[in-house]
Amino acid sequence: MKVLMFGWEFPPHISGGLGTACYGLTKGLTELKNIDVIFVVPKAFGDEDQTGMQLIGANNVAINQRVVQFDDIQKKIDYYEVDSSIVPYVSEDEFWKLKSGKYSKETKFIQTDEGYKIDFSGSYGVNLFQEIKNYAFVAEVIAKKNSFDIIHAHDWLAYPAGMAAKNTTGKPLIIHVHATEFDRSGGNVNPGVYAIEREGMEVADKIIAVSNLTRNTIIEKYNIPPEKIITVYNAVEPVGDTRLPIIKKGVNEKVVTFLGRITMQKGPEYFIEAANLVLRKMNNVRFVMAGSGDMMDGMISRVADLGITDKFHFTGFLQGDDVFQMFEMTDVFVMPSISEPFGIVPLEAMQSGVPVIISNQSGVAEILENAMKIDFWDTHAMADAMFGLLNYPSLAEHFKMEGKQEVDNLKWINSAAHVKEVYESTLSSVNI
Amino acid sequence: MKSVCLFFQVHQPFRHRRYRFFDIGNDHYYYDDYSNETIMRKVAEKSYLPTNKLLLNLADKLEGKFKVSFSITGLALEQFDLYAPEVIDSFKDLSKTGCIEFLSETYSHSLSSLKDKHIFKKQVKLHDEHIFALFGHRPRVFRNTEMIYSDEIGAQIAEMGYQGILTEGAKHILGWKSPNFMYVNAINPRLKVLMRNFKLSDDISFRFSNKDWSEFPLTAEKFVGWLESLDAKEEVINIFLSYESFGERQPKESGIFDFFENLAKKIVESPELKFATPSEVIEELQPVSAVNVPHAISWADEERDLTAWLGNNMQKEAFDKLYELRKRVEKCKNEEIIKDWNYLQVSDHFYYMSTKYYSHGAKSNQFNPFDTPYEAFINYMNVLSDFKIRLNSVVPESEVENEIASLHKIIDEKEKKIKKMEADIQRLRKGRKRKS
Repeated sequence: MKVLMFGWEFPPHISGGLGTACYGLTKGLTELKNIDVIFVVPKAFGDEDQTGMQLIGANNVAINQRVVQFDDIQKKIDYYEVDSSIVPYVSEDEFWKLKSGKYSKETKFIQTDEGYKIDFSGSYGVNLFQEIKNYAFVAEVIAKKNSFDIIHAHDWLAYPAGMAAKNTTGKPLIIHVHATEFDRSGGNVNPGVYAIEREGMEVADKIIAVSNLTRNTIIEKYNIPPEKIITVYNAVEPVGDTRLPIIKKGVNEKVVTFLGRITMQKGPEYFIEAANLVLRKMNNVRFVMAGSGDMMDGMISRVADLGITDKFHFTGFLQGDDVFQMFEMTDVFVMPSISEPFGIVPLEAMQSGVPVIISNQSGVAEILENAMKIDFWDTHAMADAMFGLLNYPSLAEHFKMEGKQEVDNLKWINSAAHVKEVYESTLSSVNI
Repeated sequence: MKSVCLFFQVHQPFRHRRYRFFDIGNDHYYYDDYSNETIMRKVAEKSYLPTNKLLLNLADKLEGKFKVSFSITGLALEQFDLYAPEVIDSFKDLSKTGCIEFLSETYSHSLSSLKDKHIFKKQVKLHDEHIFALFGHRPRVFRNTEMIYSDEIGAQIAEMGYQGILTEGAKHILGWKSPNFMYVNAINPRLKVLMRNFKLSDDISFRFSNKDWSEFPLTAEKFVGWLESLDAKEEVINIFLSYESFGERQPKESGIFDFFENLAKKIVESPELKFATPSEVIEELQPVSAVNVPHAISWADEERDLTAWLGNNMQKEAFDKLYELRKRVEKCKNEEIIKDWNYLQVSDHFYYMSTKYYSHGAKSNQFNPFDTPYEAFINYMNVLSDFKIRLNSVVPESEVENEIASLHKIIDEKEKKIKKMEADIQRLRKGRKRKS
């Protein structure tokens, strides 16, 4: 079975959990028998780990050589008579020259570089919507160029690409929901994003959700029939034995860590309130907020208001090895997310033997046993859990041992096997 | 003629309220009165009261041929007193029939037998005094918390003057031997050991209303048939249950009360069977052999061991931290502290911290107030931290604390004096008003 997979990012060039999850799942799939994966990202840098799979960067696909059956996804027209090619243009000047030429109305112009390739930033920039559209066009080209059995698209950025590929080839489409706009925006839903998500969900043959929490959102907020959605939990890449030299904690105090984007979705303010409660009762503890985000300034001023700046530290955005170093120094990890479709960071913390406190409003709470679970708004319960883990050694010890063991058993190959089942059932139902 | 020895455990713990760490040092009240009262009222009305009524009825109808034994923990008695005093009255009525034997137990349903001989002894003594005060009965047979037993515990019980002890007829202890005989302690053969027939006991307490059970429905005829068809040489059938099995675990609608009533009548009618209390069994029967129990057993879970209470490190830490305080509590005269000390020892607290069945997602006890063992542990340790602070102020750990304690004492005395003087002043003022 061959899978054409559309993502948005791939390690090491990632900005969040999506790339990590895509990588883990793809790797898990390639470890299974009879599965080949072509993974497409808008921008391939060339230094990605491609063992057992094929990675295509949409930026490396020359589109002028291909005839694309054009389909304007914004207008939702099923079939276009015109078998037109996407006409690449190189500069603004050239564009105007071409436009004044005798092309039919439906012909689309796309800016390319000199090799007639579309340039993608591969990031979440200002031209995101344009990039998504462009990505979908290139997806068509890629879909025509390769043979495969099933299409798998990760998150809304790649849904149009998946849909375009499905439209061109008629192959079944699986969309994988790692997060919805409701999780990201915290209620201020961007209608453009919502429309893309909803269309993707409706067009898809099957939907994979990363937790029951997400599955319920899809049912309730996107009106998708429940039988179409299957929950497949994420897993975590095992950490290698080659451990970094451990940085010694500079202070002889306990460290409680928040690690993630400092945005509404992650609930940083609840962490601060709980920290304040704990600091009123004990002194030999420090709190660290690692990450960056639009709420960071507000959080810094809240910490100052509470007068706990001497015990509360901001590190800014951490990446790669720094994350592991941070875990090495951490005694308790907290993820107080308000809305977290899955949440892979607590699993990474547990791999490093750090006890974790997670909110019941996270998908990962559905599977984790060896974690303290609290409601994000219940700062008293959160503080109590922190205090317990810091002061009663056998509890932390229990989580260190059992948590590590539990998380080591969460393997991507198991998630991948589950995804494969979804493929198989989709293919058999489509072929009937 | 085979003896049927019925025994019921009656126990309710004082459940702790959500005790956050902010409360440590600020609030010294640990109990969830609402849930304790609700649960006690519920169990009393569904189980204790109707079952006592039934037993009283049977004792009356079967003219002294019906016999049962109880161990009622001190904490259960305290809760009856607070929330359901009529239960104590009905037990008193039962004890007057002469068909009841009260067994000895630890006051708090505690695990003290595993930790400290002295504390254990004290707990047992307290319990026996309580039973004597209420029912005028001095227990001669002992039943440890959750049937916990080992050779050593047995030897100590013998030393304390008891003639017999009840425990679990655990398979891994008995092997090919049958629980339906009387055994003796391996260290001190003067102590008789009665072993629970877990198959027949659990048929009533766990399987009775289970529709998937191959023997469903269980009738009195069927059960007596099983008893009568046992090997002719076997002498005693020990049916030991939790009292809540009647009406609570097996609801009234399942027909458990009718079943039990019929069962009692059928046993009395049977030429091969009779009821006997543990003391009677001990007097009548000859022991067949000693039973070796080097490691403690209990009636819990498949393993019949202690892992339900002391299986993980959290449970062990809590248990050790609690009993670390024992020497200082001994010196303490403060009644409130001693009361809390007794409540803190309840085995249920440790049971709530068990991770054994948590992983299967099933809460094994519907009266468990905690969602996870971790919450149970934190809550208990918070309470214990506060208890320690209070204990320190009365029985200090170090010299500085000693000084503080003596200062506390002076302050307390002064305050008492001030109060007394204030009262005097008020009295004098009133007197003057009246005069004017």
